[in-house]
Amino acid sequence: MTKTTTAASRRRREAGLGWLLLAPSLIIMLIFTVYPVLRSAYLGFTKYRMGMDAPEWIAFANYTKLWGSSTFWKVMRNTISFALMTVIPSMALGLGLALLVNRKGRHIGFIRSGFFYPSVMPMIAIASVWMFIYMARNGLYDQMRQSLGLQAQDVLSHKETVLPAMAVMYVWREAGYLMVFFLSGLQSINQDLLEAAAIDGATGAKTFRYITFPLLGPTTLFVSTIAFTNCFKLVDQVIIMTEGAPNNASTLLLYYIYQQGFTNMNYGVSSALTVIMLLMLMVVSLPRFFSQDRKIHYS
Amino acid sequence: MKKILALVLAAVMVCGLAAALAEPLELTMYFPVNVGGAVAQLIDDMTAEFNKENPDIQVQAVYTGNYDDTVTAIQTAIQGGNAPDLFVSLATQRFTMDSTKMAMRLDDIIAADPEGQAFVDDFIDGFMLDSYVEDGAIISIPFQRSTMVLFYNKDAFKEVGLDPEQPPKNWEELVDYAQKLTNDKRYGVAIALNSGSAQWAFTGFSLQNCTNGVGLMSADGKEIYFNTPENVEALQLWLDLQNKYHCMAPGIVQWTDMPTQFLAGEVAMIYHTTGNLTNIKNNANFDFGVAFLPAGRQWGAPTGGGNFYITNGISEERQQAAWKYIKWMCSTERAAQWSIDTGYVATRESCYETPVLKDYYASFPQALVAYEQLPYAQPELTTYSAAEMWRILNDNIQAAVTGEMTAEEALEAAQEQGDELLDDYR
Repeated sequence: MTKTTTAASRRRREAGLGWLLLAPSLIIMLIFTVYPVLRSAYLGFTKYRMGMDAPEWIAFANYTKLWGSSTFWKVMRNTISFALMTVIPSMALGLGLALLVNRKGRHIGFIRSGFFYPSVMPMIAIASVWMFIYMARNGLYDQMRQSLGLQAQDVLSHKETVLPAMAVMYVWREAGYLMVFFLSGLQSINQDLLEAAAIDGATGAKTFRYITFPLLGPTTLFVSTIAFTNCFKLVDQVIIMTEGAPNNASTLLLYYIYQQGFTNMNYGVSSALTVIMLLMLMVVSLPRFFSQDRKIHYS
Repeated sequence: MKKILALVLAAVMVCGLAAALAEPLELTMYFPVNVGGAVAQLIDDMTAEFNKENPDIQVQAVYTGNYDDTVTAIQTAIQGGNAPDLFVSLATQRFTMDSTKMAMRLDDIIAADPEGQAFVDDFIDGFMLDSYVEDGAIISIPFQRSTMVLFYNKDAFKEVGLDPEQPPKNWEELVDYAQKLTNDKRYGVAIALNSGSAQWAFTGFSLQNCTNGVGLMSADGKEIYFNTPENVEALQLWLDLQNKYHCMAPGIVQWTDMPTQFLAGEVAMIYHTTGNLTNIKNNANFDFGVAFLPAGRQWGAPTGGGNFYITNGISEERQQAAWKYIKWMCSTERAAQWSIDTGYVATRESCYETPVLKDYYASFPQALVAYEQLPYAQPELTTYSAAEMWRILNDNIQAAVTGEMTAEEALEAAQEQGDELLDDYR
């Protein structure tokens, strides 16, 4: 009798301690993540602009309005195509760089830092520098074209070229960052397997195809999640380089949210867009969430 | 003993009270800079001088980025219950500032001030137009105001056989000269088409071509006239300069690139702000001229720039202190000096009687053109929800420039989207 009471009270005590230890991060998360999410979800169902005393409930009106808005669909198309243009190339490049620097050598630390360097620079600084590359006629890119006898292109002011131009810059920045994850993944691969394969006469390409790449599975999944969420979350370049021009050809979802909320002071619509953004982020995080326990790799 | 203690305590309290009374009233002002770093220093210097002259008021001037950033900063501060007492924002934000209750109407303060009416009456009419909201109430005081003029390269004019003292007077001459000035290395003319600039230039073209005298919008900010045949004609002219006459660079020409291109001799004429006058004067290695914007059916030009606003809901004591600061900053001599230092247009009629400004114009006649053009100038596109309206017009102009729509379709679309936006305020 006494034994069970002690056991129960000990369990309670332990649970209490657990909650206590959890409290600091839990409280911060509730205040800065959960509350804003719930508040955005609520405001998304209201009409609320600067100067109104209180939000006014309008149910799904913000969403139906967005559904019928051609600008909204353009922004969604831009966001998704920007993701496709950046995620796979930056991952491929990151993996390539990781394979390249996964070796011992005298200057390897310097080379690795060199590849990693762009990702420690603020996006705003990068975008400002790349503006000089893309500037109409006087920029480096147009100067190069002209010296080859081609027409100056002025990439940032044409709807066909503006997103790809930004994507190139973004891939350049992001690849070094993703390289670090791939590098740590590569270094955790058991060397015995590679040696065994070498003894059996496997070529470099075959080793990569049948051993390295499958064993990198969890890393690749993790990196793809990071790459997707990053590219949805980073829009500093849009503000610096184009402000969405021409005719919203370079407007990405987060910039659109900012514009609705802070330029147009239309909090209801910007909250509804935030909810949509949140759902998109959830969708790209799902694969990783479900594979948490089931490790993907070679067995 | 106790009595002594009580006395000491009382004395301390009295001293404390006196100290509290002598404590100056601290005001915060947010201000944007849109034309370069030195201007922030000028505002700091002027504010320091004001604080020295008025020890009972201490104004702290906070630089808050460009115009958009400043509106965002004010908005955030108001929501956080930490609003500045006064701020400088676009004159075209007037209806927004009024309807969102971010700024207060100034009529009562002006009426209570014996010099108030005379102070307001001295501002140039073209600039004051931008200060009125519903019921003729005044919401802002003109401060850093500009207008658009045509800068042209006289050397290039000579080179192609045009008279350097005869800039284009109308659209036909504009097209004609721009074509003559265009060669492999140089475009004839440039107009900024990026978001935030296109609506400014377009206001000018609309005023030049309109038959109703009001251009793009009604004075009460509730009606827009984007899709009139005259405005379609104006936009078509832009498209023709690019695609038909090939004398303007294709695509979205950036506002901030234009002075550089002009100074490098890559474009012979630019539509730009008087705020760039000092920059061009200091850096041009060729002879340049400043002219009225070429006329369509009549002369016309947009005004732009920022005004002083007082935040809604601050105490009366603070309102008075803010008003005192505004009057000081906009006094005749300071407004004249400010104009010389920055290239902004002096805002008051009396400025033009001051010796400093007279001397300045005598030594640099190009600066006078903006003032002479003011009688033909009107506020740029200003409606309720002005920022969103700008975006609507700019996006659709860009759609026409990139060839997604014709001029007529673009302005039709802008009209429809703009009307939908304004329905909330009608």
